[in-house]
Amino acid sequence: MQIKSYKKAQQVASFLKYVILIAVGFVMVYPLIWMIGATFKTNNEIFSSISPFTTKPTFDGYKAAMNDYGGKINLLSAMLNTYKYVLPKVFFTLISATLTAYGFGRFNFKGRNILFAVLMATLFLPQVVMNVPQFILYNKFGWVDSPVYLPLILPSLFAFDTYFVFMLVQFLRGIPRELDEAATIDGCNALQTLVLVICPMLKPALVSCALFQFMWSSNDFMGPLLYVTTPERYPATIFVKLSMDADTGFEWNRVLAVSLISIIPSLVVFFCAQKNFVDGISAGSVKG
Amino acid sequence: MNNVSNRRSPGKLYMFFRHNLGFLFILVWLIGFLVFRLYPFISSLIYSFSDFHLFNGTTEYGLMNYKEIFEDDKIMKSLSVTFKYTFITVPLKLAFALFIAMILNYKVKGVNLFRTAYYIPSILGGSVAIAVLWKALFRDDGLINSMLRIFGLEGINWLSDPKYALFIISLLRVWQFGSAMVLFLAALKGVPADLYEAATIDGASKPRQFFSITLPLITPVVFYNLVTQLCQAFQEFNGPYIITQGGPRNATTLFSLLIYKRAFQMNEMGMASAMAWVLFTIVTILSIIAFISQKYWVYYGDEK
Repeated sequence: MQIKSYKKAQQVASFLKYVILIAVGFVMVYPLIWMIGATFKTNNEIFSSISPFTTKPTFDGYKAAMNDYGGKINLLSAMLNTYKYVLPKVFFTLISATLTAYGFGRFNFKGRNILFAVLMATLFLPQVVMNVPQFILYNKFGWVDSPVYLPLILPSLFAFDTYFVFMLVQFLRGIPRELDEAATIDGCNALQTLVLVICPMLKPALVSCALFQFMWSSNDFMGPLLYVTTPERYPATIFVKLSMDADTGFEWNRVLAVSLISIIPSLVVFFCAQKNFVDGISAGSVKG
Repeated sequence: MNNVSNRRSPGKLYMFFRHNLGFLFILVWLIGFLVFRLYPFISSLIYSFSDFHLFNGTTEYGLMNYKEIFEDDKIMKSLSVTFKYTFITVPLKLAFALFIAMILNYKVKGVNLFRTAYYIPSILGGSVAIAVLWKALFRDDGLINSMLRIFGLEGINWLSDPKYALFIISLLRVWQFGSAMVLFLAALKGVPADLYEAATIDGASKPRQFFSITLPLITPVVFYNLVTQLCQAFQEFNGPYIITQGGPRNATTLFSLLIYKRAFQMNEMGMASAMAWVLFTIVTILSIIAFISQKYWVYYGDEK
């Protein structure tokens, strides 16, 4: 009798779990689904029903989304602009962060501990504090509105986003030092050891770094807002903001279509590599 | 400086790198740190004591910026709005993340599907596109109000009523609880199952088990999430800038918005620097409190 009621309680509990999970999942995903639906509706229909479906799908939103903005830039060229700085940034970050992580993770040198503490401290340094003086500095360098996005790209050559260094150091700890030693005995110098032995082992971590940097830089709004002023060079984030400002309240199917198209590359990357994201975020966290 | 040292005649610099090979590898970071972080960091402290204007330069030095900050009602209000925002967003987000992580930690079918669904907002949430979507959802005739009307409720002017606007901005961040959740989930998986078995045999109830076993063992991750989320919340910019532009009646004018306005619309770099330093000091004090308090509530397994 008791066992039976215990079983029943368990069933109720597990039922409740699924109800909560599905309800929360609905809240998380429904806005996105509704957004996709809304891009196929007419402007009158968007706010008149809560269903993502429409009986008369129209491509007006998408057609309007492809229009030029002020004759100088359109959505596709803005997206192209985004990847003009995102891809170099990802590439440079991988190289500079790997070098730095290797230096901290595998060598002893004068001031190592102090410098590593400094590196960790920069993780907590709010970017808000840095925006003003960095702007003044880049302005002095003549980098503001640079046609090749210097202020957005160049710092990544110097492992500017220290989060990735930290993440790679954590990963390095899990790679046995015996491998380095074996490589040294086989006649590899430090750089060869890094490239031929460590990097292949670090590959999952490097993939995670690349993915996160890709997402964060494509989403970055403050950077382009400060450093890109010529309309032809606007990236997608600025373009989306402007297209919303231009016709709030009138053409929401266009605004939502612009928004949706602008995040398609990110969505594709996320769905192709979602396991790496989850692994990466767990590995970067504190382990003691 | 011995810049011309080369390999054949071992100069001082060469010998230094020979013995400190690791230094060579971190050199890129160190240069970047000095140029792009330390120099701006220190110079902004100096700017903060000046009336530095981007085009008119500096005419005087003094404490006037700091005085103005503490005397200006608008700035002080924005500071209190920022605190309010932080203390709504961070606890809600962490509580949600932990709650969902605990459910997912049971043997649930389709864990991966749920985890993916919960994680999407975290990945996309920072983008302008999602802020635009948020505006569409919470408009007066937006999706949320349409849903309320189906249940026979009155719609609410979410974004134009000062009472609700800040909460809606917070909600955008709470909705992105996925990455905190993934961290909690990893920590929960690390709690040894035999502890629960022993507790069950000793007759400990589920809530008791949560407070006496689960929570103490995952405190390192709670701590990590707390500090990172605090830092992030104090700097929030995109949400209010895109969705409400700080309105209605400055109800969502977070401090970072005001800094942006002073620095990049009014070009008052000195004043903006001073405000940034006030914010920095607050975040630093809170972080220090968190770090000191660690020893009272954070449990590190290897300490014992």
